[in-house]
Amino acid sequence: MSKPLNIVKSRFVPINIENIDTDQIIPARFLKATTKDGFGKNLFRDWRYYNDDESKTRADFPLNMSQFDGEILVAGKNFGCGSSREHAAWSILDAGFRVVISSFFADIFKNNALNNGVLPVQVSEDFLQRIFLQDNNTELTVDLEKQTITINSTGESDSFDINSYKKTCLLNGYDDIDYLISIKEDIQQFETQRA
Amino acid sequence: MSKTLFEKIWDTHIVKTIDDGPSVLYIDKHFIHEVTSPQAFTGLNKRGLKVLRPQQVVATADHNVPTLNQHLPIKEDLSRKQVEALIQNCAEHGIELYGLGHPFQGIVHVIGPELGITQPGMTIVCGDSHTSTHGAFGAIAFGIGTSEVEMVFASQCLLQSKPKLMRITINGELNKGVVSKDIVLYILSQITASGATGYAVEFAGSAIRSLSMEARMTICNMSIEMGGRCGLIAPDETTFDYINGRKFAPQGAEWNKKLSEWKELYSDADANFDKEIFIKAEDIQPMITYGTNPGMGIGVSETIPTTETINDNDRSGLSKSLAYMGLEQGATIKGQKIDYVFIGSCTNSRIEDLRMVASFVKGKKKAADVEVWIVPGSKQVEAQAIAEGIDKIFEEAGFQLRQPGCSACLGMNEDKIPAGKYCISTSNRNFEGRQGAGARTLLASPLTAAAAAITGVVTDVRELLN
Repeated sequence: MSKPLNIVKSRFVPINIENIDTDQIIPARFLKATTKDGFGKNLFRDWRYYNDDESKTRADFPLNMSQFDGEILVAGKNFGCGSSREHAAWSILDAGFRVVISSFFADIFKNNALNNGVLPVQVSEDFLQRIFLQDNNTELTVDLEKQTITINSTGESDSFDINSYKKTCLLNGYDDIDYLISIKEDIQQFETQRA
Repeated sequence: MSKTLFEKIWDTHIVKTIDDGPSVLYIDKHFIHEVTSPQAFTGLNKRGLKVLRPQQVVATADHNVPTLNQHLPIKEDLSRKQVEALIQNCAEHGIELYGLGHPFQGIVHVIGPELGITQPGMTIVCGDSHTSTHGAFGAIAFGIGTSEVEMVFASQCLLQSKPKLMRITINGELNKGVVSKDIVLYILSQITASGATGYAVEFAGSAIRSLSMEARMTICNMSIEMGGRCGLIAPDETTFDYINGRKFAPQGAEWNKKLSEWKELYSDADANFDKEIFIKAEDIQPMITYGTNPGMGIGVSETIPTTETINDNDRSGLSKSLAYMGLEQGATIKGQKIDYVFIGSCTNSRIEDLRMVASFVKGKKKAADVEVWIVPGSKQVEAQAIAEGIDKIFEEAGFQLRQPGCSACLGMNEDKIPAGKYCISTSNRNFEGRQGAGARTLLASPLTAAAAAITGVVTDVRELLN
């Protein structure tokens, strides 16, 4: 059960870099935990600090810049490639984001995000670049029910795809396990038939 | 109706399909390891559930284990606790564990095939993106997140949408000094690190057919680096010969029954793919990466691309990548000084990889200021290397033969490359910080890595071959 999600109206944090892999989102040395908590503080760890030193912040990295804030992360295409570590989705959620916008997502990351109530919104490359052009006070509205994303200051809007099953799950905070457990008899029957 | 290899397997594993939604895909084998399973067990316990089919789950400790002194307790507190959690979880749920000290322990994608657990026609998952490796046997094998690990524990199923299908056909004869790692690095350099996202990728053609099983695994292993949901190769006599007689391979009448099923696993002549790519084997040179994603590769004797010559996918990131790597646009990479050589990982740590390196370095010595780590993929690979005297060849060359694990591929344990140092690595990812914060990774084949170990610089191995 994750927190239901429908409309997110918020400012955004832009990371205008392509091919961001999950090793950047959460480096491997932080994967030693046995719980899902507390990953947010290490989100983009090696892009936030010099020499892994929290007193030496990189002033030019958006997560360190006070003018950027919000529940929406906006990043370049092919976001979340590489390792399957779900810790990447946990760190994004734990850092306060509910939506990630990009022009292209890696498959495993997309599933991991959806399974944690984080909505990956895939927009056209053109629309993504228009978001990056907005100033830091601009709010975006992501409407899951309508499957639209709007730049509030200009009214520009784009639609995004999501399969209706996953949409229902996110709107209600359901997860796949609840469903899979509910069809246990079908699974047992399948096993019997192929044995 | 004609079908692809992928469809033949997919269709026989669908329990049901949700209207306008994903399908319920039945999973035959589930591999787990210490890093991506603890939260799944916690979730399961919270729901008061047991693992539904523990006999279909196999566990090992690989990501977070030391590669020296494995007989001693793990020094690092968090790493030790994670490995202990795996031991406890497997005991509670009745899962077979090949943990530290077990003769079958090793990298999860090395032990599955070598034990004969990985078989054609199966659906296989693991909380690790390189699960695509097992597709070399003609299986649908893919990496999953921890929530999905929990789903498979609870139901032996996953909700999945059918991916699009791509076939990459490589015909022809490979050049001297070119091995399977070069094939996959070449494909990546052509289609980029996102070129197969959304696709299941079948590798075909005479150049693939001519490869051993271990060489095929190297290619399927890195299909995830193209973004592929999985990679597959149709099973053939090479596959059947490899499996026959292994610990958990079918035997007797069961073997014959399975064999006749496996022989049906190929893409029909008129099967339809959403995308087809054709590559000439002769175009492939020994490869090396210069950048910070695995698609940023070149022939080892070529020059690093410039903003003008690079593909669209990597153009915007080129300057950032090269700044991190300390390399220049348009420069030659041959002759670049190397500090470390890492031969290991689920991509290239099998006995054939070690044999390839040993036959090249026999009688040679490593360059004085290079540190060389050879990390075998499993206890069985390690034992075989020792039985063949490969350990002696490495020792005489000044290489360190360590104990099995993922090691410096991702630097979760102590095996980290220091900041700013160059490592030529047979692993699969050259991402920033992958082998240690600030580490600079050059991906290459075991042969090209061995050549650099001897010369101390990036070397075109063809110049050293007879």
